[in-house]
Amino acid sequence: MGELKRPLEPATTAPGMSVRLGIERPLRLDCGAELGPFTVAYQTYGRLDSQKKNAVLICHALTGDQYVASTHPVTGKPGWWPYMVGPGKVLDTNRYFIICANVLSGCMGTAGPKEIDPQTGKPWGLNFPVITIADMVRAQALLLDHLGIEDLFCVIGGSMGGMQVLQWAASYPARVFAAVPIASAAKHSAQNIAFHEVGRQAIMADPNWRGGNYLLEGTNPSAGLAVARMANHITYLSEAALHRKFGRNLQNRERITYGFEADFQVESYLRHQGITFVDRFDANSYLYITRAMDYFDLAAEYGGVLAKAFTGTRTRFCVVSFTSDWLFPTRENRAIVHALNAAAANVSFVEIETDKGHDAFLLDEPELFKMLAGFLNGAAEQRGLAGGGQARPLIGATAGGSKLP
Amino acid sequence: MAAPAGTVRSGDIRIDLLLIAEMVAPESRVLDVGCGEGELLDYLARAKRVDGRGIELSQRGVNACVGHGLSVIQGDADTDLRDYPTAAFDYVILSQTLQATRNPKTVLLQLLRIGRRAIVSFPNFGYWKVRLSLLTGGRMPVTAALNQSWYETPNIHLCTIRDFMALCRELGITIEKRVSVDRFGQKGAIGSSGLLANLLAEQGMFLLSKKI
Repeated sequence: MGELKRPLEPATTAPGMSVRLGIERPLRLDCGAELGPFTVAYQTYGRLDSQKKNAVLICHALTGDQYVASTHPVTGKPGWWPYMVGPGKVLDTNRYFIICANVLSGCMGTAGPKEIDPQTGKPWGLNFPVITIADMVRAQALLLDHLGIEDLFCVIGGSMGGMQVLQWAASYPARVFAAVPIASAAKHSAQNIAFHEVGRQAIMADPNWRGGNYLLEGTNPSAGLAVARMANHITYLSEAALHRKFGRNLQNRERITYGFEADFQVESYLRHQGITFVDRFDANSYLYITRAMDYFDLAAEYGGVLAKAFTGTRTRFCVVSFTSDWLFPTRENRAIVHALNAAAANVSFVEIETDKGHDAFLLDEPELFKMLAGFLNGAAEQRGLAGGGQARPLIGATAGGSKLP
Repeated sequence: MAAPAGTVRSGDIRIDLLLIAEMVAPESRVLDVGCGEGELLDYLARAKRVDGRGIELSQRGVNACVGHGLSVIQGDADTDLRDYPTAAFDYVILSQTLQATRNPKTVLLQLLRIGRRAIVSFPNFGYWKVRLSLLTGGRMPVTAALNQSWYETPNIHLCTIRDFMALCRELGITIEKRVSVDRFGQKGAIGSSGLLANLLAEQGMFLLSKKI
C-alpha cells in the first residue's frame, strides 16, 4: 500500500510502513520552521471498509511507538497495547482499520533528531526543529491524506496520546467522529514540566551527550537517558502500586549490604527499566518529545478558554481517568469534561478505580475495556458501522503487522 | 433508587420514569441529572429518539451507562451544572434528586438556565403517612419512598409539594404541568393550592419553565 519512496535510508530501519510527506509543500511547524519532505513510519492493522468509515487512529505516548500490536523490532516484545488492540479486543482488528504512526521527533523511523538532515547528510541532532503536539497531529493528518482517509471513526490515546486526541478534536473536528483521551490533560502541569526537566537535565549532564552530537561523535548518553527514564517511570506508578509490588523487599539477598548496590527490589526494578529503555530510545528524541508535552496548552490557542477549542464540535468524546493517577489526575481530566460541557459537546466521562497509577491505561483493567467497548459500540452504531468481522476489505489487506520479520 | 445493572432495557421501565418520559417531546435534547444506570435515558433514546446526556454521582452508575453507549459523565448536580451553556437542552430532568442536593434553590435555577424546561420529581414530605409516622411515633419517618433512617439517608433537603410550589413562585418559575404520583406509579392531579395532593401524594412531578 502506498509508495515507499525513501531516497535517504533512515538511521532506524523500522519494519512496517513508511511514507515521505510534505514533498510538494513542507509542513509549517509551530516554531516557525518548515519541515519537508519528511518520513512518517506507521503500522496498520485490520482492513479499511469500502466506505472508508472504520479507521481508528491510535496516538502513542512519550515512549511509545507505532508497534501498538506487533512485535517490537528492537526488544522483540509484543505490541505495547496488547489488552486493547487485536481480534475481538476493544479495538477489534476484525472491525476497525487501525493506524498508529510514530510521532514527529520520535526515534522509530519518523523524522526526528536521530534521522538524517537532508541538508547536511548528517543526523539532525539539536538542529531538528522543536516540535509541538499540534505539529505531531498535522503530520498525522498528512498521513491520513496519503491513505485517502477523509475522516476517522475514532482517535484514541493515553497520556501524551490523549493530548494528541484533544488536539485532533480541536484542529480537525470534521475529521473526528469519536475521540477518547485517556489519562490526559489539556495542558501540562508545572509538576509534570518539573519531572520532565529532571529527565532532560540527566541526559544533558551525561558527558556522552556531547551537546546533542553523540551520533556524530560515536558516543551514547545512555546513563543520562536511563536516569531520565527511572525518574519518570516513578511518576507512572503509584505509592500503593510500588508498595504492593515491592514493599521494602530486598533483591536476591538476606540483609542490607551497607553499600550502594541495588539492595531493594524497587531499585533493581528501576535500574532494569532504565537499562532496557536505552536500547530502544534516542536521548535527543526524549528531549524533543518531553518538550512537546511541556508546551502543550490547548486553551492558549483559544484565548485561554478551553471550551472555545471545542465550539460547535459534533465529535463524541469519552474522557477517562484513573483514581491513583497523580501525573494526569482526575482533576485535569475533569477540566476537559467541564470545557466540553461548556461547549455543549457530547461527552462521557469515567474514572476507573485502580491502584496502578498513570500506567493503568496500558494494563489489564477490565472495567476500562467494558466501558470503552460500550462507548465504541454506541458510536459505531451511530456511524452505521458493521459489527465485528463484517468489514469489507478495501485497502490494508496486507497489514503492516504481517510484514514484520 | 436505581434498578440493578442489566435489568432495565427494552421498554421495561419504572412507572414514575415513564410519566417523566411522557412530558418529553420526541427528538429533543435532554440532560438527565442523577441518571442512575441510565434507565430513563435509554428509554428516551429508543422510544423518543432524544439526544440524551446524563450526569451521575456514582461511579458504578456511570460505568454502566457508558458501557451501554449512553453519554454520561461522573458529576454532581451541585457543582457540575454551572459549566453548561444557557439553553443547551430542551429538557433537564432531575428525578428524585433535588432533596439530596446541597443547594436545591441554586440547582433549580441552574436547571432552568441550561434547559428551556425542567422536569423535577421528589418525594413529598407532606404525605399523610409521613406526617402520621412523625406524629404518632415521634421518630423520623421511614416509608416506602423515604426508606432510609435519618443517619444514612442522602436526603438532606426534604420538602412538601406546597413547599416546592412556594419556592417556584418565589423564583418566578412557571409550573406548566404538575402531577402527583402514588406508590403504584398512578398519577393524579395537583390543584392550584396543592393542599389535597400535599396530603395524599407520595411524590410530586413538575414540568417547569422560566422566562430568562
